[in-house]
Amino acid sequence: MQDEPTPIELTKSVADFLRNDIAPLISGHPAFKLRVAVNILDLVTRQLTQGEGSDAAEVERLRALLGADGTVTELNRALADRIAKSEVDLATPGLAEHLWQTTMDKLAVDQPNYASYKRELSRGGG
Amino acid sequence: MIEAELSRSVQRWYPGATGVAGVARLSGGASQETWRFDIVHPDGSIGAILRRAPNGYGAAPTRAAGLAAEATLMQLAFEAGVPSPRVMHVLVPDDDLGTGFIMQRVEGETIARKILRDDEFAAARPRVARQIGGVLAGLHKLPLSKLPELRHMSATKEIGEFERDYRSLNWPKPVFELALRWLRDHDPGPSAEETLVHGDFRNGNLIIGADGVRAVLDWELAHLGDPMEDLGWVCVNSWRFGEIDKPVGGFGSREELFAGYEAAGRKCDPERVKFWEVMGTLRWGIMCGGMMQRFREGPDHSMERAMIGRRASETEIDLLRLLAPRGS
Repeated sequence: MQDEPTPIELTKSVADFLRNDIAPLISGHPAFKLRVAVNILDLVTRQLTQGEGSDAAEVERLRALLGADGTVTELNRALADRIAKSEVDLATPGLAEHLWQTTMDKLAVDQPNYASYKRELSRGGG
Repeated sequence: MIEAELSRSVQRWYPGATGVAGVARLSGGASQETWRFDIVHPDGSIGAILRRAPNGYGAAPTRAAGLAAEATLMQLAFEAGVPSPRVMHVLVPDDDLGTGFIMQRVEGETIARKILRDDEFAAARPRVARQIGGVLAGLHKLPLSKLPELRHMSATKEIGEFERDYRSLNWPKPVFELALRWLRDHDPGPSAEETLVHGDFRNGNLIIGADGVRAVLDWELAHLGDPMEDLGWVCVNSWRFGEIDKPVGGFGSREELFAGYEAAGRKCDPERVKFWEVMGTLRWGIMCGGMMQRFREGPDHSMERAMIGRRASETEIDLLRLLAPRGS
């Protein structure tokens, strides 16, 4: 076990430093690049916070759908193959729900401000 | 800097020009550049834009029409009354500027978020969806006999290319597989008529002023094919920049788009438009994957490219909203 602070706390401290102390000092193209950098660190923080839980739930759903075991990558590859071969489609019980839940979990990390995501979240499906 | 070459060039083909001023690089990658500058003239300076591939970067990527074709198309559009910058000069070897062309600079805004937010454009916004319909109709009416050599595309061919691109990424995405299946199952077949297709007509590639659309830019993906492709692409959610209830570039409704198109004497096929919107959403998603691949393997190791890779999930939620909508 590694010592603390955790990677989440460390990453967040760098993001906060860049956002609060450096951003006000620069302008133009470097300021744009800095915004991108801060966005990356924020994304990494969200993934470190949420990623493990959502990956575990995704694996559970994929196991149930496919009746097989594997890593999250292997199971996604298997599901992709089955959709490509038309062995499963939107009529397959659980598929639409699985894809929606997985996609919502991805957006929560990638782009929580994306308008389509916020709209779907307001429907009560997160 | 290219100021000396530009200065020599304009003095050769612009009567009375004495040089150039305010030369600044605007954007573009290594293979294609955009520069702004003013042609200095005793009667007043003239705003201009140079689009070029520098010497040694002549070969166009497989899907690009090429700068020479782009220049011809913009000039044809301009002559037909489609809002487009006037092409002033096509580069020749003596210019020593590579290949490309110089066009008149059109004042206005191209940054979609500003166009959709700033007060300056508030009066224009409600008109733009219908205007876009008229502009696209004009573009689709350009006579085939005058067009430069362009590749022929069809829905079937495009699905095949996207599938190949997607598989080459080795990036298993169940939602993309679902979209590919849907596209194959709903392929409307060859279009009854083949026209010029702009190929990248969207908010972000238009110059907008207080009066609405002033110019259509970025013709590099122009091809021959189903005119409904352009109407579907302009509706892709990624180009609504948050205004998700206004499908046409965040400006207005499909009905307004179709009304503008039909008022200019052309017919719409809403089913085909929907098909191309799904295709376009997947297309941008796969392009995001391409950015990830280039970030990882290519010379452009930029943060922006890396982050675009993480925007593929935006197209996944939009594909689900199109193909498997949840109860409202």
